[in-house]
Amino acid sequence: MVQITLTVNGEPVDVAVAPYKTLLEVLREDLNLCGTKHGCELGECGACAVLLDGQPVLSCLVLGVDCGGRAVTTVEGLASDGRLHPLQETFADLGAAQCGYCTPGFLVTAKALLDEHPRPTRDHIRDALSGNLCRCTGYQQIYEAVEAAIAKGSR
Amino acid sequence: MMRLPNFRFVAPTSVHQAAELLAASSGDTMLVAGGTDLLPNMKRRQQAPGTLVGVRHIAELRAISSGDGVTIGAGLTLTDVIRLRQGFGGQAREAYGALWQAAAQVATPQLRNMGTLGGNLCLDTRCNYYDQNYEWRKAIDFCMKKDGETCWVAPSSPKCVAVSSTDTAPALLALGASVTLVSANGTRQIALSDMYRNDGIHYLTRQRSEILTSVHVPRLDGWRSVYWKLRRRGAFDFPVLSVAAAAKIAKDGTVEAARIVLGAVASRPVEAPAEAIAALVGRPLTDDLISEVAERAAQPSRPLDNTDFTLVWRKRMTKFFVSYALKELRGDDMRARRLKVSRQELL
Amino acid sequence: MKIVGTPRRRVDGRAKVTGQTKFADDVVLPRMLHCKLLRASVPHARLVRIDASRATAHPGVHLVLTGNDFPIPYGILPVSQDEHALARDKVRFVGDPVAAVIARDEQTAFDALDLIDVEYEPLTTFADPEDSLANPTPRIHEYGDTGNVHKLVSLQFGDVEQALADADRVFEDIFFYQGNTHLPIEQHAAVAAKDPDGKLVLWSSTQTPHYVHRALAKTLEMPAAHIRVIATPNGGGFGGKSDPFNHEMVVAKAALLLDRPVKICLTREEVFYCHRGRHPVLMQFTTGMKKDGTIAGMHVKTLLDGGAYGSYGVASTFYTGALQTVTYHVPAYHFQGCRVFTNKPPCGPKRGHGTPQSRFGQEIQLDKIAEALTQDPAELRLRIVERPETLTANYLRVGTIGLSECIRRVTRAADWANTFRKLPHGRGVGLACSSYLSGAGLAIYWNDMPHSGVQLKLDRSGGVTAFCGATEIGQGSDDVLVACVAEVLGIDPLDIRPITGDTDLTPVDLGSYSSRVTLMMGNAAIQAAERARDLLADAVSRKLGVPRERLVFADRRVFDTEDPGKGVTFSDAVCLAEAAFGTIGTTGSYTPPKSAARFKGGGVGPSPTYSYSAAIVEVDVDPDSGWIHVPRVWIAHDIGRSINPVLVRGQVEGSVYMALGEALMEEQIFRRLPPRLSDALVHKFPSMLEYKSPTTLDMPEVFTELIENPDPRGPFGAKEVGQGPLLPVMPAIANAVYDAVGVRIDEVPITPEKILKALDAKAAGKAPRYGPSHFPDIPWPEPVRVAPPWEGGDGKAQDVGRQKEEGRSTAAKAVIRS
Repeated sequence: MVQITLTVNGEPVDVAVAPYKTLLEVLREDLNLCGTKHGCELGECGACAVLLDGQPVLSCLVLGVDCGGRAVTTVEGLASDGRLHPLQETFADLGAAQCGYCTPGFLVTAKALLDEHPRPTRDHIRDALSGNLCRCTGYQQIYEAVEAAIAKGSR
Repeated sequence: MMRLPNFRFVAPTSVHQAAELLAASSGDTMLVAGGTDLLPNMKRRQQAPGTLVGVRHIAELRAISSGDGVTIGAGLTLTDVIRLRQGFGGQAREAYGALWQAAAQVATPQLRNMGTLGGNLCLDTRCNYYDQNYEWRKAIDFCMKKDGETCWVAPSSPKCVAVSSTDTAPALLALGASVTLVSANGTRQIALSDMYRNDGIHYLTRQRSEILTSVHVPRLDGWRSVYWKLRRRGAFDFPVLSVAAAAKIAKDGTVEAARIVLGAVASRPVEAPAEAIAALVGRPLTDDLISEVAERAAQPSRPLDNTDFTLVWRKRMTKFFVSYALKELRGDDMRARRLKVSRQELL
Repeated sequence: MKIVGTPRRRVDGRAKVTGQTKFADDVVLPRMLHCKLLRASVPHARLVRIDASRATAHPGVHLVLTGNDFPIPYGILPVSQDEHALARDKVRFVGDPVAAVIARDEQTAFDALDLIDVEYEPLTTFADPEDSLANPTPRIHEYGDTGNVHKLVSLQFGDVEQALADADRVFEDIFFYQGNTHLPIEQHAAVAAKDPDGKLVLWSSTQTPHYVHRALAKTLEMPAAHIRVIATPNGGGFGGKSDPFNHEMVVAKAALLLDRPVKICLTREEVFYCHRGRHPVLMQFTTGMKKDGTIAGMHVKTLLDGGAYGSYGVASTFYTGALQTVTYHVPAYHFQGCRVFTNKPPCGPKRGHGTPQSRFGQEIQLDKIAEALTQDPAELRLRIVERPETLTANYLRVGTIGLSECIRRVTRAADWANTFRKLPHGRGVGLACSSYLSGAGLAIYWNDMPHSGVQLKLDRSGGVTAFCGATEIGQGSDDVLVACVAEVLGIDPLDIRPITGDTDLTPVDLGSYSSRVTLMMGNAAIQAAERARDLLADAVSRKLGVPRERLVFADRRVFDTEDPGKGVTFSDAVCLAEAAFGTIGTTGSYTPPKSAARFKGGGVGPSPTYSYSAAIVEVDVDPDSGWIHVPRVWIAHDIGRSINPVLVRGQVEGSVYMALGEALMEEQIFRRLPPRLSDALVHKFPSMLEYKSPTTLDMPEVFTELIENPDPRGPFGAKEVGQGPLLPVMPAIANAVYDAVGVRIDEVPITPEKILKALDAKAAGKAPRYGPSHFPDIPWPEPVRVAPPWEGGDGKAQDVGRQKEEGRSTAAKAVIRS
């Protein structure tokens, strides 16, 4: 086991991780943050996306032991001060989450997009979300939710 | 859940340290940078290194310098590489266009945030009989590349025919790039072309003790380069055919020099035959010339039945992709074609 | 109506966007152990010996189970109880579970799998249906109609031969529909534990907790009352989690034996082995047309590649022939279906269950017919749309039909009149239509009980708890439940807590399959809510002295419609009712109407009502390479009434998405190694990388139109939407390809390679098509003959006595015909 300190959703966390555990396993199994999902564990679906130092990555392919000193944001960390992130509001309102299983990965990826580009076009949104598979929605309501969150944010 | 096997993890902070670790290891030590290629392979038990040397903490691997050309650290992520297109006084966008177009079409945004240029250049060769879970491979009694004897793609083949699936290698080959390899014994710089072998197992001439530290792209004044990739979907998929093309075109439209490289049609990137290039040089890129060169350049395309799409169709597509690349070099507006074929305009 | 029809955040929306929805793999219990399954590495073999001693001795391993621990078979259908939790005497496909290891963690269990020694005696491998038809032995199963034929059916409604003979034109076409799979992003997972009373609890990502409950009671030989199945919200189902599964039986047994919680979460590869997806179907359509462009008669033959087990296969077989008549008027109809076993993962119900395959054939054939008769395909269809409120030739009772309106709406939206056959070479548009059930009219096992039950508990606070066995798989069943109750009681949907999919707590609902939940659960919920409303109205009426009929329930109040200021809050109304009648709890239930079909085989197809859809797809095909690009899809769906339009649109667009995947790129296909070198028959690519699910970049723009024409059979008029809108998309794409480049692709997926081959054939002067050209000879049984309603039929088979006789003469046939 390797002792590491990382920041998870803004809070410092000390955790002893087995070297073979990916960040996905550390989050779900060692830190009980089950909001991050998994659909293949091979980098082929995007369900396990989290933000690592602000960038969306696939937690199934990040070694836990390599995360010392880094900042991780999961779906559990999107809300702040008791208020949902605008993306969470619009995803819930506009049908962007059907079964909800891919939703955490979409949300963090969309958040990173909006953090970097406050007013992306539809094509830009499509491109940024191209690494997240959703089998339920056909993506359209997801785009609309991202666009509505942009509108919300700028109001 | 697919999980990694056990291993020891070390994280050196300099190339020198990493090289020493590799030199001291017994051979079951592997480098890991982005992890997007190696970790899935380890989960499928295609590789089971006893020690992983993580190179993420080595700042040298992320250095960028320009002078007579550009030197790019192998540890830069593909996202970093895409961002370079804005740099180098605009030269990158035109001359090095193939590189960012290739990087931009690797896998997915998340995987590009993780995967590195060096990792993509050293990408394990791929095959539908090999890139499978342990249990699946057991059901075919394994294959030549791992734990077995037969190449199921070509059972009489004495060598493995797994496919070179890197996007950036054909692009960088078209740019005439070289790479720096560092080991405990010293440093060598070789043409990128010399790093590859047409053998699905021994596909790299890089020694296990060597670290690919940087890529050098020569100064290419007056050149343009492009990259075209064939795959089923607009994201995720590895290339099943790709064409990188670079050309220096005079003001009057005459081609002064050119390189064309095919990806994903063999166990290494394949350069177009000399006669295809010879046919280009000294002539303007007319439609007729493009058709003629496309036919010739496609000659070495020898896809096999071990990727997505049928091999006959992939072979047939080669000339079309060469012609798309040449038309884009000529300055045609290929956005509509890109949108259809690549599902994105790559602006 | 306040709630119904208004776009609204779904009741479980917040949980889903905060990562708090608890899926099966998120269930973590103290002392929990982990399970992995050893799966067969050979496609067809006798199990000679299993030696688990090395695995059992492996440090960290608590238990190894084998087929000996599971003597009792199970299966979703009573007629095909052909599965064992772990193989007993033979294995039937690569991936068939053979043994289970329960260990301290998943890693240890995985390592121990390799320590189980299994000796197999290989048997002949059956890779495709024609192998299975040609070779009756060795049998994959010791049951089934003959040899390796699982099921043969033949149903004839009216004299089809005569109708075809009398037709002005007869069209015969052969189509192939490749198999594909559901690919829910959530892999199947289950956790089993003994509760403090020693009873079994199973949390599972299942669409059908009630059927899993029954299967567990059977295989574990336990009283069902001592088993609790909790369906966790499914991370996508699409039909793939509708069977009882091996892993559920295994962890249940292990938890009982070890008295510790046991979890299993399948890998993606294993999900491909669970499969139960779309059957590959070869089909032949023979359709007679009259001069006036109406159908004279139709004869449909289907051959289904069932894979290694029964699953829903008997129903799937009937479904390939059931709904042709529901869409268009077919005066005489003959259906023959055959399902064979092969050594591949079992096929079953995927979104559309058995109907997309034949819908594909029928809609392409109609396009060919329109071309041959020089008619517009939209106008041709408008002429033959089945009549509403009618009985079809095969005794399906059709309710409202919004299909004509669907066709008119999509043709207008897509500017059909100016695009069809008018776009430049390489671009094209295609139209297709469909219909689908709003719930199967019969349960999986024969019984007279309701198909869905709802209980309501009204609290003095004004809160309501709604209990129903329905399973939330993403489609929004919890939201439909609360919407129906909220609408009747005039409260906010968030005032209602849904408790669903729990066999201990909730009344039975048969499960989330066959698009049955909105209609059946919705009607049950309305009944329960109306009963509660009546109690409250009585009490409020007494209190206020206002006649009951004048009371309105809205805005969390109960008030006098003639004097809205006069009223009480909803919570006060509950208190008044509780004071008057005691604790307020009501029930509602729904039983579908009895089917008009009274012949054997008539159980598949009946539904309380049917939904309708029409789609137009635009394609862009590169004539040089065959590359196909889909920029736009227009779709109209006859929903009856949208309960929550946000979710309805999501189902339509999601259906279009899944349809595009199977039309263009998704395939569940297999690789057979050279037989001289190996017996292997393996899934070609059991991974999400190589099984091509479209990404954001591959998805076209979708323009959705909802046709709202309430059907009195549905809750507030609602019909289904989860499956129907998938159906027209695949044939619409094929028809659009023809419009674009003049070649017919008579199979899915429609790939660039196939288009290019068809273009090559066209250029060479051959038939401009790609697709199958041969339908094998099949030893069809004598048909069950039923006279259509318009020939005085009563829904019964005409010659029941003769059906049972073997080898009867052609003379008898002649008599029946005459």
